Amino acid sequence: MLSSQSFISRLTENGFNFFTGVPCSLLSGLISSLENNQEVPYIPAVREDAAVGLCAGAYMAGSLPVLLMQNSGLGYCLNAFTSLNLIYKIPTLVIMSWRGCGGKDAPEHIIMGEINEDLLKTAGMEYAVITAENHEQVLQQAILKIKEGLPFTLLVKKGIFDERH
Amino acid sequence: MKGTEAFQEILPLLKDEPVVHANGYICRESFQLQDRRGNFYMIGSMGLASAIGLGVALARPDKKVLVFDGDGNVLMSMGTLAMIGATAPKNLVHIVFDNQVYESTGSQRSLSSTVPLEEVAKSSGYPVALKATKREEIKPAFEKLMQGDGPGFLLIKVDPDFDPKTGRVTHTPEEIKTRFMDALSGK
Ligand SMILES: Cc1ncc(C[n+]2csc(CCOP(=O)(O)OP(=O)(O)O)c2C)c(N)n1
Ligand SMILES: [Mg+2]
Repeated sequence: MLSSQSFISRLTENGFNFFTGVPCSLLSGLISSLENNQEVPYIPAVREDAAVGLCAGAYMAGSLPVLLMQNSGLGYCLNAFTSLNLIYKIPTLVIMSWRGCGGKDAPEHIIMGEINEDLLKTAGMEYAVITAENHEQVLQQAILKIKEGLPFTLLVKKGIFDERH
Repeated sequence: MKGTEAFQEILPLLKDEPVVHANGYICRESFQLQDRRGNFYMIGSMGLASAIGLGVALARPDKKVLVFDGDGNVLMSMGTLAMIGATAPKNLVHIVFDNQVYESTGSQRSLSSTVPLEEVAKSSGYPVALKATKREEIKPAFEKLMQGDGPGFLLIKVDPDFDPKTGRVTHTPEEIKTRFMDALSGK
């Protein structure tokens, strides 16, 4: 298991300085670290697509944004990703929990858990699945893509980060 | 008042402020009348102009940031009004050109003929939310919002009379972004 606190530190050390999102229990440790962090803002968003817009504005104004969300919000975001981020080349780091992974979860997560990778691929959204072993490597991969102006998603399975709820 | 008259009132009052435009008629009209590097023309992502403007305002508290929105766009993202009210950026001015229809797609009626959007903004936490129904009311309302602390909201009631011959924004999305970022960073 990764420490949420130290992963947030790795993000801020790498220049990420604007955080927003809609909570997921799998990301609760990350969000609680952000809420206790005086250095960088965490703006609670009402919906994931609004958070995509917020990140786009923050990026264009010189910040490096991170969006934390559950995969159930992916559908809301597809229009924003395809008609904003991808065509204007506005990058954002998306940290997306993977509820329903492997078909073991509450019923409402099963279908999205099965299709979220295909949806990301179809939309042309690059992603990597983060693990305890590869986290530094996928973070650097994400940073390279962001420098090219592309959004990048880190998919987070249950048990990767400590939870606080 | 025609929509274009409302733009004609406001555009001469702009200096170098970044202005985020909602999609459709708002982008096209503003682009046609006065293209500016500081204009972000959001050609897709309907509903997100307010969120984009909020992101700019939060990241650049030293700049007055404007959003030119449409009633259909605002109604699609009413939750963003709550985010603006809650984060309360003093430097954000949110202007809505309310023609009570989705004019860009053929003037189908929206809900803003019965839902007072300026009241929604007020109860969402905008300290100032004004409404202009006559052309001469626009300038004083705009100046009040530009001089005072925000977030400020101005609803301008206009007739739906967009000229469909008005061209589309000709810059590519990447050009729009690069110009906007350069203007914002003083390049
Ligand atoms: C998600 C989404 N739904 C629908 C559309 C089609 N569409 C483009 S502009 C527009 C109308 C926008 O209405 P409003 O904000 O009132 O602006 P107006 O056209 O009246 O100036 C619509 C429905 C779209 N671009 N995106
Ligand atoms: Mg309208």
